[in-house]
Amino acid sequence: MQPTPNTRSTEPSTKPAAALPGLSHLKAAGPLIALVLLCIAGAFLNPDFATVDNLMNVLTRTAFIGIIAVGMTFVIVSGGIDLSVGSMAALIAGAMIVAMNALVAGAGAPGAATVICAGIALALACGAVFGIAHGLLITRGRIEAFIVTLGSLGIFRAVLTWLSDGGALTLDFNLAEAYSPVYYQSVLGVPIPVWVFALVAIGGTVILNRTAYGQHVQAIGSNEQVARYAAIRVDRAKVVTYLLLGVCVAIATILYVPRLGSATPTTGILWELEAIAAVVVGGTSLRGGSGRVMGTVVGAILLSVIGNILNLTSIISVHLNPAVQGVVIIAVAYLQRGRR
Amino acid sequence: MSLSIRFQHIVKDFGPVRVLHGVDFALEPGRVVGLLGENGAGKSTLMKILAGYERPSGGQLVVDGVERRFANARDAEQLGIALIHQEFNLAEHLTIAQNIFLGHEKTRGGLLDRRAMAREAASCLAQVGLERDPDTRVSELIVAEKQLVEIAKALSRQARVLIMDEPTASLSPGETRKLFELMARLKGQGVTIVYISHKLDEMEAHTDEVVVMRDGKFVARAATADVDRHQMANLMVGRELSSMFQPKTAVAADAPVRLRVEGLQVPGWIGDLGFEVRAGEVLGFAGLVGAGRTEAFEAILGLRPRSRGRIEIDGKPADIRSPRDAMRHGLTYLSEDRKGKGLHLDLGLRDNLTMMTLERDARPWLDLKAGERALRQAIDDFGIRLRDPNCAARSLSGGNQQKLALAKYLRPDPGVIVLDEPTRGVDVGAKRDIYALIHRLAAEGRAVVVISSELIELIGLSHRVAVLHGGRLQAVLEAGQLTEENLIAHATDTQYTKH
Repeated sequence: MQPTPNTRSTEPSTKPAAALPGLSHLKAAGPLIALVLLCIAGAFLNPDFATVDNLMNVLTRTAFIGIIAVGMTFVIVSGGIDLSVGSMAALIAGAMIVAMNALVAGAGAPGAATVICAGIALALACGAVFGIAHGLLITRGRIEAFIVTLGSLGIFRAVLTWLSDGGALTLDFNLAEAYSPVYYQSVLGVPIPVWVFALVAIGGTVILNRTAYGQHVQAIGSNEQVARYAAIRVDRAKVVTYLLLGVCVAIATILYVPRLGSATPTTGILWELEAIAAVVVGGTSLRGGSGRVMGTVVGAILLSVIGNILNLTSIISVHLNPAVQGVVIIAVAYLQRGRR
Repeated sequence: MSLSIRFQHIVKDFGPVRVLHGVDFALEPGRVVGLLGENGAGKSTLMKILAGYERPSGGQLVVDGVERRFANARDAEQLGIALIHQEFNLAEHLTIAQNIFLGHEKTRGGLLDRRAMAREAASCLAQVGLERDPDTRVSELIVAEKQLVEIAKALSRQARVLIMDEPTASLSPGETRKLFELMARLKGQGVTIVYISHKLDEMEAHTDEVVVMRDGKFVARAATADVDRHQMANLMVGRELSSMFQPKTAVAADAPVRLRVEGLQVPGWIGDLGFEVRAGEVLGFAGLVGAGRTEAFEAILGLRPRSRGRIEIDGKPADIRSPRDAMRHGLTYLSEDRKGKGLHLDLGLRDNLTMMTLERDARPWLDLKAGERALRQAIDDFGIRLRDPNCAARSLSGGNQQKLALAKYLRPDPGVIVLDEPTRGVDVGAKRDIYALIHRLAAEGRAVVVISSELIELIGLSHRVAVLHGGRLQAVLEAGQLTEENLIAHATDTQYTKH
């Protein structure tokens, strides 16, 4: 039952709301419009761009970064950041390969399918553990997310380099053969990584927008104090954002390993830049509080379409692709500034 | 040299909310002017405009016959207008001398001339009567000393108009007396002092004239000698105070205790606090800023550590470690800091309203329609005035934000509700609505705790008032003892030396 005051306010009602609703819709559609324009430009610049093969190829390559970026959306919306995702992916890939090779090498080795399942389980467990560790250090340890994940960025990459002795960790040939369909196979004409990307994106959208947890994440990013006073378990919710991101990194890695069947000290380099860029380009404020998973998906595709066009047209060197991403992230942040 | 200042139809809008509706009056030089008004009357905003911190949306500010448009506080400072903030504007890590010269550093040959600055700082400190080494870090000073540093800083910049916003809010009686002596001295030197407060006794004793503002408008000005406290209070509120409050419903003799706190100890704030609130009762909490009222309840909620203390809700011991535990036990707390702790200003009204009960409403997906229905209901029940139900909480006026916050904290249907400064920054109409709501909450059998700095409000609402002073429970005053004099005497611990 709700209490009711029986008197009415004599206060005058407030004047019109600050922003027009149409304008915010336009802002939300911005990345999508940019993507469409970019695709039209790509089709003009190179006829190969608009082929189904090329577009599927772009989407498949987007899947890694896109899946990580979905997890990153939760972290950034809650007001956090994770710089370690590239190194984390590399270490998880390395750990998977080492573990699966060891399982195959042992006497009475189990079948390839069992080994691959074990590898996948290990990857998910690693992602979850790394994520929870980040979350606990940030919440219980009260260390800035930036510092925690900057530290673990170094740790993850160093451990992988140590595991691989500075070279490459390569998956057993037979295993690689058995595992490769996970990356190369298509279902209903759509590659498996794209299906997984779609599922992760839909799952992320539902969690962020349609569950109490998702609302809590947004509330924490909008104003952590207010959320704490409103009986929200702030620390737990924040730990879970890093857990979700860790699991997303693991899923991306599970799709990545069968592509090359190896992990090297350069695996996953600059993925954090791409993932954070995708989130920001997708309209999520780096200050936290609001964001859309679908915006992130569009942002990730946008970035890889840029890369793809550079690849196909040789306007500038492919080596400058990260520079283009860097420019895009700064430009978008510039456009977002002062929105609050 | 003194400045004369005239406000001509000053208007100020914050986004869609108009907080000043055309204010006209003049300040004559060399006087102590008391600026009176309730929270939200617009006094602070007007003074921020005078000191260059805010720009008016309309109207003119005339200083010595010349219209001025200050781009920032520095412009105002150059004319000799300085504002001493409620929250001080000092860099805590720097020394007193560094703060005094911040932005105006003295240099010799391109390097800082520390010796000259220390010398001049020492003379400014002597002027305000602060016996401290200019090389002391500001973080080592107590509140009253910081305030003197602020004044010294203003004087070092040849301030001729000194605006003091609630300067005595966190001072002890002795410190307050010294401050007023300083104000009298400065007035003797031709400095105009605008003194903002709602402590009527101080207004009566220390000002030459009072200017009253209400709801963003100039209401009245009078020589202090010509008005008494009662008249000032009525001018502030705009009507006879008695009409604001409904008669209190007596608490039944056998009403059960809903909240009992025993031996509460909060490191740095509360030594030993015990009290109880019964069903149907409104228990007020009075005390000066820093007395530990808010801190006591934050500790009860688990928002800050408590070293000792037993909490019982409805007769059962409650182990509360977080606001969530408290909510599960039927206790919610609405913070005094609406913008920083009470509402998500950037989120929508529905999101704010349902924030505490989302998990209850989700099965497992959120039912957005149910949220909309709840919002429509709350808008009706609490009399929230708005144009667009889809707007962000930020675009509501203070009173409507507070009603939304009340609706939010009542949604879990608490048996015990703690309201910290429930009418801070709301207009008179909303205030009366909130008083009626508090009355009704008690009548429904809830236990209500009201923490307030407005004595009139505590007296009008509460069955009993607990008075804290320096972290100690000074007294619990019963209905017959509830007078302003009594409350102030206990809150300042001067009950035996009444003047």
